[in-house]
Amino acid sequence: MQTEKEIVIDIKGLYKSFGDNHVLRGVDLEVARGENVVVLGRSGTGKSVLIKIICGLLTQDEGSVIVLGEEVKNINRKQLEELRLKVGFSFQMSALYDSMTVGENIAFPLKRNFPNLSKNEVDEKVDSVLNSVSLLKSKDQYPAELSGGQKKRIGIARTLVLRPEIMLYDEPTAGLDPISSIEINALIKNIKEEFGVSSIIITHDLVCAKTTGDRLVMMFDGVVQKQGTFEEVFDSDDERIKSFYEYNFT
Amino acid sequence: MQINTVSKKKYFLSKKVDSFFAGVADAARFVGDYFTQLFKPPYEFSEILRQCYKIGVDSLPLISLTGFIIGIVFTKQSRPSLSDFGATSWLPNLIGIAVFRALAPLVTALICAGKVGSSIGAELGAMKVTEQIEAMDVSASKPYKYLVFTRVTASVFMMPLLMLYTSFVALLGSYINISANEHISISTFIANAFDKINFLDFKAAVIKATVFGFTISMVACYKGFNAIRGTEGVGKAANAAVVTSMYLIFIEELMIVQIIGWFR
Ligand SMILES: Nc1ncnc2c1ncn2[C@@H]1O[C@H](COP(=O)(O)OP(=O)(O)O)[C@@H](O)[C@H]1O
Ligand SMILES: [Mg+2]
Repeated sequence: MQTEKEIVIDIKGLYKSFGDNHVLRGVDLEVARGENVVVLGRSGTGKSVLIKIICGLLTQDEGSVIVLGEEVKNINRKQLEELRLKVGFSFQMSALYDSMTVGENIAFPLKRNFPNLSKNEVDEKVDSVLNSVSLLKSKDQYPAELSGGQKKRIGIARTLVLRPEIMLYDEPTAGLDPISSIEINALIKNIKEEFGVSSIIITHDLVCAKTTGDRLVMMFDGVVQKQGTFEEVFDSDDERIKSFYEYNFT
Repeated sequence: MQINTVSKKKYFLSKKVDSFFAGVADAARFVGDYFTQLFKPPYEFSEILRQCYKIGVDSLPLISLTGFIIGIVFTKQSRPSLSDFGATSWLPNLIGIAVFRALAPLVTALICAGKVGSSIGAELGAMKVTEQIEAMDVSASKPYKYLVFTRVTASVFMMPLLMLYTSFVALLGSYINISANEHISISTFIANAFDKINFLDFKAAVIKATVFGFTISMVACYKGFNAIRGTEGVGKAANAAVVTSMYLIFIEELMIVQIIGWFR
């Protein structure tokens, strides 16, 4: 075990309800710099809600969420925007802007945040991240012309162009064929190595969890039930954890 | 099993009343944001221009046709009652007043509520349910400024222009009908049509159109931004955008007419 690693995401006692639907009920989670943490759990346990709170899209009812040293719910709009430049978010459905080409999609956050960049500089950065996800050839295509796996990669490229320190992936392999899934898993690992980012990866795909995760976190009923390496988590008598494993591998 | 320690939410009055006021506050904040953005350059001029063009192209065919037909029909239908008094020569005056004081702003606004409002509601609603707006938000790309501010501003600029255009085609339709029956020259027609119109009428019409333009786009953007998950939400947002802005347009019309009345 490494000692005294810098903690980039520190979540303590997180609660979130929507009306009478108590989604998160005391989540504790830490992510160290350069670490890939996989969050597992069945649909509706609030995994997406958890990462949306991390980047300030939703606000918790109770508990603290400290990202890169900032308490997310206490900072003002400007500070939040600065923080968001350092936190990339890959959406479950990719969320590409469908009225723009792939190139324009990726240039958009750059132009919006750095209006002083020249056309050439923007172009260079766009080409460079498109290369990282091996989709330079799709630069002038529209999202509707891309496959699910390609959309995911473009969505990831669009966040990478801002050079984030943290990446949040919401079910990166959901709905993809096995080959595209393998490509995405490789990409996630590569991003960690090439860009040195720390990540939270939400998934219920255990292949993805095993290949991309340094540490696994199992969530049930709005709390973290178990965490550790893949082997530690699945060496368990808990029926729910067992059925999770069996569903994926049998 | 662990005990749920989240305290039960307490409501001020009742759940429904509370959520109604929360909704009103939310809408007010949404509208208020526009005025905050007004003092925060840069203004995305190219995007505003693109939206202006879109609003114009979207509504021009329908407005042309409606304005023209209203001109013809209104003239035709007014003639019998005026001719009872032998006052058909007053037709141009009547049309002028009717078009500027009531028809043009209202008709333009209602058509734009249908055409522009539904298109903005559906477009932003689709972006909302596919998380595109959240994607802009988390990349600090300021979606309100890019999507809402540009559309509302474009609509505020375009609506008075479209209103003037509607007046023009309505008068044109009217003249075609009048020239076939009363054989008045175009210069007499124009002189008479504008005879009873003063600068206050013109100002009132432009103010109305500006307010309607603001309302249509603001309501549509709000409904789009608040579309709830699923494709069904997109249709609902578009529909709510049209219906809500039509209600508001009539209420605003009534209020503005009252206020203008005090200045006459
Ligand atoms: N914005 C919201 N408003 C109301 N309920 C929500 C909202 N977002 C999520 N929920 C509810 O929270 C629960 C957890 O959702 P989510 O985090 O998306 O689950 P998952 O673990 O599958 O990602 C679901 O019951 C969902 O209906
Ligand atoms: Mg989810």
